[in-house]
Amino acid sequence: MPSFAARPEEILKPARPLFVALTMLFGFLANLLPAAGFAAVLKPDFLALVILYWCIQEPRMMGVGFAWFAGLWMDVADATLFGQHALAYAVLAYSAEYFRRRVLRFTLWHQAAQVAVLLLFCAALVLLVRVVGGAPLPRWTYFVAPLVGALVWPLLSVMLQRPQRPAHSSVNR
Amino acid sequence: MLHTDPPPFFHRGPSPLARLSFFALLSIALLFADTRFRYLEGIRHGVNTVIAPLQSAVQWPGEAAGFVVSYFASKRALSAENTELKSQLLAQGPAVQGASRVEAENAKLKALLDVHARYGGAAVAVEVLFSGRDPFSQKVFVGKGTDAGIKPGEAVIDEAGVVGQVTRAFASMSEVTLLTDKDHAVPVKNERTGVRSVLYGTGTGRPLELRFIPPSADVQAGDRLITSGLDGTYPAGLAVAKVDAVERDTGQIFAHITCSPLAGVDRSEQLLVLGETAARIARPDEPAGADNARKPARVKARRGG
Repeated sequence: MPSFAARPEEILKPARPLFVALTMLFGFLANLLPAAGFAAVLKPDFLALVILYWCIQEPRMMGVGFAWFAGLWMDVADATLFGQHALAYAVLAYSAEYFRRRVLRFTLWHQAAQVAVLLLFCAALVLLVRVVGGAPLPRWTYFVAPLVGALVWPLLSVMLQRPQRPAHSSVNR
Repeated sequence: MLHTDPPPFFHRGPSPLARLSFFALLSIALLFADTRFRYLEGIRHGVNTVIAPLQSAVQWPGEAAGFVVSYFASKRALSAENTELKSQLLAQGPAVQGASRVEAENAKLKALLDVHARYGGAAVAVEVLFSGRDPFSQKVFVGKGTDAGIKPGEAVIDEAGVVGQVTRAFASMSEVTLLTDKDHAVPVKNERTGVRSVLYGTGTGRPLELRFIPPSADVQAGDRLITSGLDGTYPAGLAVAKVDAVERDTGQIFAHITCSPLAGVDRSEQLLVLGETAARIARPDEPAGADNARKPARVKARRGG
């Protein structure tokens, strides 16, 4: 019986570029969804997660350059400083470059723990850039969204790897 | 440590570190250009024309849900609201009936003093689309833009008082920086004593501050602050804030005065954008080389965030 998530030894088919582009678009739209109050605090950066996933799975398609470019779009959409998201996404893509060699050997929840560290690091980088630029310190809830992002990671991985899994993955051992 | 670099015969372009350094430097250059000089507003407007339709597309699930919920809102709630509104109307009756007399009197006095009409510009009613997603700044986005004649710099109010100021106007959407934003300041006047000052926002969840007031000044908790109109941005006489607490420390040069906005700055859904005042006093020519001259009540335009 095929497991819910792909096992480390399962070989995934290469992802179709169109699928990668579509998931990026959906990640972007998810970021645009209006949220207020508590929801706004919890809302993770979906686009960052999608970028991280593809950087790990398809490093030939998604890299530092694309991530940076997607970050610029996010900067316009959020009306933040130009280059803020771009810098964060580029750093995320770069760390994925080294991270991907080992992360797929872990179970999804262990991966989530490592993703949390990456996302928190990027959030801290953005915080540094903004505070240097003269912005006030945000509330501590600023660091809640990256943690929620890490919790979403297993679900997102399962969703994004589904089309790449072989039709009859019979890894019955 | 194991070698992680690929063997040289697999050509893969510049190394990830080289690429990261390039893009990181580019980001920092952009950040600098945006923070200090605002060179990139053109690009921002261009990209925003592509993003705006997407933004309004993701808006509709929420709107649809809101519509369904409001459709099924119980009749009792509506009738209760109706009763309350009726009693409010009744309570305001005397004021409304007296208003025309007061208005006439006011006009006469103004004519006597040869004062410009306080506010003669057009106003545009707008609805808040969504609040800004940037945790470092206090902004809302409203559903009308340059198409409706909204221009950056125009004041935004709700039924209770000043909410903020338009800082960017796109085609069919505008960005409003709220009173509570750290980079926002508005020149005010104490309604009770007439003492003028500038009211500063301080960022998320922190009270507004009235700065540069000597400890000896006559300011009390409960005083109402109204716009003084000195900046030419906010028309004079709009309600802004209420003084919450005044701390007078003799060791300090200035008193520490905290205030809270009268308007529902982060709650109001319906706002009014006040167009340019018909009769605005021309700004004096700035002397050459006075780039750093203080411009009160303008959002310090160099910080975009």
